[in-house]
Amino acid sequence: MVPLSWYVALSSTLFLIGLVGVLIRRNIVIVLLCIEIMLNAVNINFVAFSKYQHVIDGQIFVFFVITVAAAEVAVGLGIIIALFRLRETINIDEINILKL
Amino acid sequence: MLPYLLIPLLPLSGFLIVGLFWPYFRGKGHWITVPLVALSCFLSIRAFMDTLNGPPLHYVVYNWIHSGHFTASISIMIDHLTAAMLVMVTVVSTLVHLYTVGYMKDDSGYDRFFSYISLFTFSMIMLLISDNLLELFFSWEGVGFCSYILIVHWYERRPSWLAANKAFIMNRIGDFGFLLGIFLTYTVFGTLDYSGIFQQIPAHLNDQILPFSAFHSQTSASVITVIALLLFVGAVGKSAQIPLHPWLPDAMEGPTPISALIHAATMVTAGIFMIARLSPIYNASHTALLVVGWTGAVTAFVAATIALTQRDIKKIVAYSTMSQLGYMVMACGVGAYGAGIFHLLTHGFFKALLFLAAGSVIHSLGGEQDIFRMGGLAKYMKLTFVTMLLGSLALSGIPPFAGYYSKDLILTEAFKDGSLGHVFWAIGVTTAILTAFYTFRLIFMVFTGKENFSHDGHHGHAPHESPLVMTIPLMILAVGAVFAGWAGEHFDIIGYLSQSMTVPHFSGTPAISEDSLKLISVIAGVVGIATAFLLYGRPSGVPLALSRTFRPLFELSQNKWYFDEIYDAVFTRPMIFLSFILWREVDKGVIDMVVNGVASSCQSIGSSLRRVQTGQLQNYALVMALGLFGMVSIFLFMK
Repeated sequence: MVPLSWYVALSSTLFLIGLVGVLIRRNIVIVLLCIEIMLNAVNINFVAFSKYQHVIDGQIFVFFVITVAAAEVAVGLGIIIALFRLRETINIDEINILKL
Repeated sequence: MLPYLLIPLLPLSGFLIVGLFWPYFRGKGHWITVPLVALSCFLSIRAFMDTLNGPPLHYVVYNWIHSGHFTASISIMIDHLTAAMLVMVTVVSTLVHLYTVGYMKDDSGYDRFFSYISLFTFSMIMLLISDNLLELFFSWEGVGFCSYILIVHWYERRPSWLAANKAFIMNRIGDFGFLLGIFLTYTVFGTLDYSGIFQQIPAHLNDQILPFSAFHSQTSASVITVIALLLFVGAVGKSAQIPLHPWLPDAMEGPTPISALIHAATMVTAGIFMIARLSPIYNASHTALLVVGWTGAVTAFVAATIALTQRDIKKIVAYSTMSQLGYMVMACGVGAYGAGIFHLLTHGFFKALLFLAAGSVIHSLGGEQDIFRMGGLAKYMKLTFVTMLLGSLALSGIPPFAGYYSKDLILTEAFKDGSLGHVFWAIGVTTAILTAFYTFRLIFMVFTGKENFSHDGHHGHAPHESPLVMTIPLMILAVGAVFAGWAGEHFDIIGYLSQSMTVPHFSGTPAISEDSLKLISVIAGVVGIATAFLLYGRPSGVPLALSRTFRPLFELSQNKWYFDEIYDAVFTRPMIFLSFILWREVDKGVIDMVVNGVASSCQSIGSSLRRVQTGQLQNYALVMALGLFGMVSIFLFMK
């Protein structure tokens, strides 16, 4: 049986990959993908702990996360397309309209 | 009871109807206000008739304030003093309303003016029928406010609003003293009802307080005296006694009807009414009576001397009002409240008459007020001339006109009051000579002699008699000026009034019999008139020569004893200077610096912190991640 620490290590690695990707990549689609990676890192944690503690709640929660992630990607891609039509770029550095 | 409730309510409803819906009246405001005031006048006369045979009316309309031990009600109290005053006030008010129809014709503020004089009438009636000091004080402020708003009727003119401000501020000084007096009354007696106060006076006769304890002074004074004097400060302001008098002559900037109504017959007499109403308090303090008497005597004399040399027709009448008010206050000071109120009533008629007649003259000359630019008007306006002559005879105290009876009574009563009374009497007689002189100087300058007015001043035609709506009030008032004094004496108004006022008892009989005293005051009046005739009855250079010979005295009189200049130097200029310093140093230097400093430091901190917000999404995410990392590390290490 695979020990719990392995799952946690995998999840942490995936989470860090996602986080670093969000922080350093300039392509906004990649940033969105990295957020998905982070969410799935969390999902791994949920499933692992659910299995080891014999509580089903974690696995149920994963379904919620997947659903929300799907919805979020749909909305996020929609925003990206709208932004692209407006600015003709997907470089995140050039999209700084939050600043006054 | 209800009919008498209507006495104040009718003018009030007149004010509300015309005041709220004035745009719809367009110069028809008098159709509402005049009948309402006339009805109120009719009811007042009925109330007066009731008091002749019946007990005083007292009726609590409603409890206004009830807080702890303090209660104040809105009440109607019509006793003998009030009833007599009510008749005079409402009659004069009705006649002035009527006169205004002609005088203010074509004025842009016609309906506004009517609504305000109705409001004034309401306040004045409330002042008279109050049964406690708080109700009195509120109507006292009400009449003061109406006086202000009516003086400033022509608000585009700078002199109008300057005069209105002056009247308001001077009255405010007096009212402040009055308010302090009311506070002290409540502290001492625990009630503001007249009857409650009067009952408790004997118990507090020997109470002492330290009025200057705030300044660590141990001077003690009788509490009754302090109350009486503080309340008297209010009367000094309202009744234009020295030293709070300069507002009254300036108030003549207002339209003439209000000079007649407010600044001659009614509001300025409120102070005398208050003293008479509170006579038990004044009787209990010899010192207060002394102060009251001297204030009145000095005012009567000083105002008469000022009136000698004025050129403005309304100012002369105004100073004569002030002088007559001085007489009334002096009468109160010797304890002759009845005589003071009697003079107040007769004076109300003949002084309103003089003002309205003066207004008629001004009206016919198209706004001219300088008596040296009039003359020979008798043949153009006979009615005005005759009525004004009657009023002047009444003012000069010539029998059998009204002023003779009442003024003479004051002088006789003063003479009875011991050696100090003799001094008051002497001042009074001197003033009577001056009064007759300046009154007939006015008559001779305006109505006889050469015509000094310019014919082109008033649309190029000769002066004309005023319309009937203005001369009818003059004639009615002239009847009052002729018969009021005789009627008062014949029907024993003093005995009638003394049913609601306590009068101190005089001991001893005067050294001179009353008949000789009367003769002396008549002679005084005749001497004044004769002098005026010699100097102004025909063209002569004597007045000019006299003014040259007695130049300092002449200038003292013409410059109103320099009261305005002294106040200007002592109070106004230092105050303006102090305000200027406070404005420049404290307001701009300290307060503005603190306020602006807070604002500008916030701004500079903000502008440097602003750089944190880059708008780069990844910067925010980085900071978030670092923060999360930091928080987790702290959490782990703390464990």
